[in-house]
Amino acid sequence: MQFDLIRRDRASISMALLAPLLALLATGLVSWAIFAAIGTPAGLALWTMAASPFTNWYDFSEVLLKMAPLLLIAQGLAIGFRARVFNIGAEGQLILGAIFASALPVWFPGATSPLLWPAMMVAGMAGGAFWAGIAAFWRTRLNANEILVTLMLSLIAVQVLNWLLLGPWKDPAGFNFPQTAMFQAQALLPGLLPGTRVNIALLFASVASVAAYILMQRGVAGYRLVVTGTAPRAAGYAGFSAARGVWLSLLISGAAAGLAGAAEVAGPLGQLQRSVSQGYGFAAIIVAYLGGLHPLGIVVSSLVMSALYIGGDNAAVFADLPQAAVRVVQGLLLTFYLIAATLVRYRIVRARVAPA
Amino acid sequence: MAGGDAHPLLRLEGVSKSYGPVHANRSVDLAVMPRSIHAILGENGAGKSTLMKMIYGVETPDRGRIHWDGAPVAPASPAEARALGIGMVFQHFSLFDTLTVLENVALVVPGKPRALAARIRDLGRDYGLEVNPDARVHALSVGERQRVEILRCLMLDPKLLILDEPTAVLPPQMVARLFDTLRALRDRGVSILFISHKLDEIRALCDTATILRDGVVTGRADPRVTDTRTLATMMIGREMPSPLPAGTAKPGEVRLALSALDWTGPDPFAPPLEGIELAVRAGEIVGIAGISGNGQADLAALVSGEQVLPQARSGAVALDGAAIGHLGAEARRKRGLAFVPEERLGRGAIPEMALWQNAVLTAHDRGLVRRGMIDRDAATRFTETCIADFDVRTPGPHAEAGALSGGNLQKFVMGREIMLAPRVLLVQQPTWGVDVAAAAAIRRRLVEMRNAGCAILVISEEIEELFEICDRLHVLRAGRLSPSLATPSTSAEEIGEWMIGAAEDRHAHAV
Amino acid sequence: MSPLEFILAGTLAAATPLLLAALGELVVERSGVLNLGVEGMMALGAAVAFIVSYHTGGHALAFVAGALAGMGAALIFAVPVLMFRANQVAAGLALGILAGGLSALFGRPYESLTVRAIPKIEIPLLSDLPILGGMLTQDGVVWASLAMAALMAWAFRSTRLGWRIRAVGENPAAAHAIGTPVLAIRAACIAFGGALAGLGGAYAATVYTPLWADGMIAGRGWIAVALVVFGTWQTGRVAMGAILFGALSIGELVVQATGIAIPSQALAALPYLATIVVLALISSNRARMRLNSVASLGEPFGR
Repeated sequence: MQFDLIRRDRASISMALLAPLLALLATGLVSWAIFAAIGTPAGLALWTMAASPFTNWYDFSEVLLKMAPLLLIAQGLAIGFRARVFNIGAEGQLILGAIFASALPVWFPGATSPLLWPAMMVAGMAGGAFWAGIAAFWRTRLNANEILVTLMLSLIAVQVLNWLLLGPWKDPAGFNFPQTAMFQAQALLPGLLPGTRVNIALLFASVASVAAYILMQRGVAGYRLVVTGTAPRAAGYAGFSAARGVWLSLLISGAAAGLAGAAEVAGPLGQLQRSVSQGYGFAAIIVAYLGGLHPLGIVVSSLVMSALYIGGDNAAVFADLPQAAVRVVQGLLLTFYLIAATLVRYRIVRARVAPA
Repeated sequence: MAGGDAHPLLRLEGVSKSYGPVHANRSVDLAVMPRSIHAILGENGAGKSTLMKMIYGVETPDRGRIHWDGAPVAPASPAEARALGIGMVFQHFSLFDTLTVLENVALVVPGKPRALAARIRDLGRDYGLEVNPDARVHALSVGERQRVEILRCLMLDPKLLILDEPTAVLPPQMVARLFDTLRALRDRGVSILFISHKLDEIRALCDTATILRDGVVTGRADPRVTDTRTLATMMIGREMPSPLPAGTAKPGEVRLALSALDWTGPDPFAPPLEGIELAVRAGEIVGIAGISGNGQADLAALVSGEQVLPQARSGAVALDGAAIGHLGAEARRKRGLAFVPEERLGRGAIPEMALWQNAVLTAHDRGLVRRGMIDRDAATRFTETCIADFDVRTPGPHAEAGALSGGNLQKFVMGREIMLAPRVLLVQQPTWGVDVAAAAAIRRRLVEMRNAGCAILVISEEIEELFEICDRLHVLRAGRLSPSLATPSTSAEEIGEWMIGAAEDRHAHAV
Repeated sequence: MSPLEFILAGTLAAATPLLLAALGELVVERSGVLNLGVEGMMALGAAVAFIVSYHTGGHALAFVAGALAGMGAALIFAVPVLMFRANQVAAGLALGILAGGLSALFGRPYESLTVRAIPKIEIPLLSDLPILGGMLTQDGVVWASLAMAALMAWAFRSTRLGWRIRAVGENPAAAHAIGTPVLAIRAACIAFGGALAGLGGAYAATVYTPLWADGMIAGRGWIAVALVVFGTWQTGRVAMGAILFGALSIGELVVQATGIAIPSQALAALPYLATIVVLALISSNRARMRLNSVASLGEPFGR
């Protein structure tokens, strides 16, 4: 098929809204084919994945629970992505945040201060920002590519976590499981919706979304970041510091991911475990793009992605769908979205054939 | 010479091409005779380049027919065009810096590398296009690069050679040498399509001219017998804008001073700047002539603040007597230095952003930002004023910068910077890619700014332009700046000698 | 066997998956495209090769299947990147997630099973040398990947194909103007890169550690991407880097065997740490990076 892409005079808003839907549709079709090919009941699996999270209150509350870390991380990442600072190591920053936050209840198991969980949140943000800050230093001072550094730091974070959980922080009464003791009540986040596991982390994420909106859509600081990303030469011309953009992007996204990690150990987990992140750091990259890197769009896309997690769990139970299927669906979704998103700025026309 | 009864080598019939709503060419007819040097005359944006790209198979016409040697053809790629016997020398050379001359040639010309190297030497000798086949392209001068481009075409034995604005990058002395080469080619049976907007050159070289305006053929003429004025009228649709009122400069105090400025930039292919001494006074326009790649980019960045100096060497750049070398672009702008860069899209303006957002880029501290938030109304008002005062043709402040024509965007950027009421204005290539009317308006603005007491530094490759607006000139060559030359007492030839280094040698001997 | 002999003998085999994947990524980047999905392509190549090897016992067939799987995954990446000018970083991450997921999906029934590795080639006399003998006794794939490195270095330096790839990577607009098919060359490079990544994965899963486990590539795809930077886009240096990292991973085993009290996690993190350190050492030489890097890397091209 021969076609040309013609640049539009200005971005198409309707296409921007339509692109994620087109991507979802195409992902559904291809996923169906793949599931059928590996011999799972594809229709049932897909239906369970897509619909089950919204059919009962319990599942939906679990969606909201998962949404908090995804939304939080994605808002942070999107800021960086718009500045063309590609932090792909949110996974590691989340783990560091979880470790920093856990240090307080682990070191002070008797502490009963009501300020314990707030202190843990601050520690978590510091941990995430510290880990991302290493990448910022490497990029601004040593000229090293932040994509590779943030990713390598993620792989290292996993090893740090393993070491803590198999060594100094292992719960002595934990039957040798790689996890810490359960935290005291003061180390846990207050609930938000009675009768569910949803806690105030969702509130943090909402506040972060509003803050991201103000920063990126209204503030001059966000404007500077976007200019550094879309037109680095124009940023240099205007005198906007690229290094400051790198630091800001990485510290914000690192702190957000660290907070998400802290909220996981102080929330649904109640302890530090190996599985503190279920791939949120990578999923949040998809969430950020699927939301068009726009603070409002990301709210919607984080809901979609967390529903996909819960739906995937349900499909594993009811349709024997392997867990890995969720990764396949995520990868397809981002690929199709990137194709569809091109149409926001370009029109497709059939290539003209030279007249004979 | 253009034969009377001979049939044309190349004939275009009703050729049209549009990009979206923009008509680049409309129903163009053209006939190129064997053994002729045929000019395609037109100003920037008239559709010359698009037309040539269709002949060379880079673009496909929407409508119309192309005949080659009497037979209809539809070259769908440069390879097909080359197989027919068409060669093209691009304005922005299609050479690759990290490859050698030989490798660049071999990308297009078949044959064993060793045989190719021998032919490069032979053809070079025959046509005055000598170049070392094993040299890497980044080490070559602009003139040498052009020789490589031409050689690469000649090695395929073309019957037609297209040259797109070939003199734009050459110092005057080298232009004569190029013309000798082209005449030699014509005499050996190669037709030449010579694209230019420089009337004098066309009159000196070409035997036929087809004139394009807004994508349409507006006339055909024999330039040897047609006067410049008639050609110009066909080219721009009315008479040439009158020359600028010859205002006299009344230089005041020194506003911008560069002293003992040495700099080695990050571009490994650019020469380091050495011992730059320059002063620009209030109420004068100083021009920097010279071919791009001789340190212009670094010089502009060092003045604008895009490149800062270490604190210890801060004094090498001074504004109003104060050392500013260590300050960034934003801080220098606050002190009254404005800058219109060479690249409008991506540097002077962000293509994906609306004009009002582009106003914020440099004018943000002119009341466009309040408590950290962008004041959209204020930015829109600022932009509307700029559009009105500087005659920017656009639907309004919400149009994206990327949708504006080169001339209109240049007027917008220039207007935005002038609205900052600068004490010193640095302008790089003020009228590159800008149509004649807009260029005249821009030059007039610069002279008005000077008369109002602004200190202006213009870096440009266009010697005619520098002579028209500047009070004094320097030439930048290989990272060194010539002494100041007062415009009334120098000549294009003298500037040209500085550009190729001949004057410098003589200067050195004399001292 | 002394530790030195052990390291010498094991280095090349440990380096081979890295070398193959890094050579593939080098070709892709030289054409101006950044494909960050190497980890996923390796995983998919590994899973598919393992499955084929498990069922047929045929190593050649397994390698062909692994290469095809990597190539197929790479072509998925080529669609948004070449046809739709999408952001290459995002598209590469998408490919990594997708191909990694597919490898886990296909490989699930084979988790922790093993296959038979291919024998090493004994070279008369040389294989019996003291100290060096182990190093010179390798399987055919090791020698083939070293030959591939030499072939590529020659191709970039001395063949029209190599010059064309370099031209497309340096200035795609100019390459297009002289009639070089930019998108076709990039597509071919992406496919070739995917095939080599698939081969690297296949070697890891069917020869180096002949078993399948989800996540067994363990960051080697990312190290391969980093190796291209380490080698400043020069084939010889990229190959040297791969061999050094191979030696490093064997060194880990040696340290572990000596029983020195270093937590195993620290050793596991060592290659990643080394990557970060070397990245800083190489990249901080800005002039050299600028001189050698591919000018249009990561920029979408459309006419």
